[in-house]
Amino acid sequence: MSYFAFLTEHGPTLLLGTVTTIKVLVCSAILYVIISMIFGLMRLSKNPAIQGIATVYIEFFRGTSLLVQLFWVYYVLPFFGLSLEAFVAGVVALGMNFGAYGAEIVRAGILAVPKGQWEAAHALNFSPAKRIKRIIIPQIFPIILPPAANLTVELLKATALVALVTVVDLTFEAKQINSITWLSAQCFGTALLIYYIMARFALVPFLRWLEVIAARKVGR
Amino acid sequence: MGFRWDFAYEILPQMLWATLNTIIAAGVGYAIALVVGLFFLLGQRTPSKIVNVINRELVEFIRSTPLLIQLFFVYFVLPQFGIKLSAWLCGMITIGLHFGTYLSEVYRGALEGVSKTQWEACRALNFSTVYTYRRIVLPQAFPIAIPGMGNYLVGIFKDTPLLSTIGVAELFHAATAVGGYNYRYLEPYTMVGIIFLTLSIPAAMWVRNLEKRVNVAQGKIKR
Repeated sequence: MSYFAFLTEHGPTLLLGTVTTIKVLVCSAILYVIISMIFGLMRLSKNPAIQGIATVYIEFFRGTSLLVQLFWVYYVLPFFGLSLEAFVAGVVALGMNFGAYGAEIVRAGILAVPKGQWEAAHALNFSPAKRIKRIIIPQIFPIILPPAANLTVELLKATALVALVTVVDLTFEAKQINSITWLSAQCFGTALLIYYIMARFALVPFLRWLEVIAARKVGR
Repeated sequence: MGFRWDFAYEILPQMLWATLNTIIAAGVGYAIALVVGLFFLLGQRTPSKIVNVINRELVEFIRSTPLLIQLFFVYFVLPQFGIKLSAWLCGMITIGLHFGTYLSEVYRGALEGVSKTQWEACRALNFSTVYTYRRIVLPQAFPIAIPGMGNYLVGIFKDTPLLSTIGVAELFHAATAVGGYNYRYLEPYTMVGIIFLTLSIPAAMWVRNLEKRVNVAQGKIKR
């Protein structure tokens, strides 16, 4: 079978899987950004209890393997009476895992804001919440976006794992087609190419665009 | 249904044996990645433009595609070309290639971290290139590379469970097998998590400590 014939027969299936992969990516990206903001701020809290919770969370999710967390959420949580759909389990595990990595980026970003900004906000009698919201957060974006972009590309790669908990994404479809046709080079090669194109020609340019906008907003 | 301690105790020896396999897999994969990284670095620094471009695109491709599919690709495609490798060997090669691209970046960053004036001074003293690398540049670049190298050792360790998907009998594979046999996944998967934590948190702390010591030695922060 020529490669062209392979594409006409199995291309649509792979594209359907790609759509699921994009859905997983978008949902888990939103979740991980929210989690990293919350835990990044908690990590800098002066309250030892709040700071402790954030530290334990971050160490736990960075210390264990994503695959283990994914399987734990999907196969073990039902033992405690919490059954999640495969898609939800995948998004939750990805979001929580990458949220832990993102929290460290946010923390470093906040610490990198010049001290004078804090002092100026203090001198102008801004409340602590306002200080964070209006002065500090807008300034951290140009600092945190480059490392966050790397993390997001890692997230795209990590979405392949959700296929192992039966989410029908690109990887799952490729595996499925492989077990029917045994055209391994074609189906895994095509899947690799699709991931590559998504990362290199869609996700990375988009994130670079965000970086440019963020830099412009703070007048750089 | 709570956590059954007797069951956990019963499967503990099996899990610990499998942990040994995980550690071996991570170690061998890391050793291969260290060497592969050197080759990618070499491709990056050769004067030939064509080699540079091919090298860069290859690194970019490997870095932006999932390790899981790369594993499948190596495991299922090579036999079609008459190369029959065991699951272990496939896994080690793929991890070595994948993380080799990351390590080549670490090496590159470390070499660029050595000040240009060092090179100029060596040129002025008429040292040969080999001598410059061996006695002047590498001793200064190595400490810069240590934290990055350590981070990827921990990273490889945490990615070894992926090897279970092609049938390498490491820790996660053992947990899945035990869980399927007894139809209880709670204890095996929880134990895998705990074993990973007990191994990777000290390792990460050690890397962080190394990083601090390197920074002190480089004079970046004061003791």
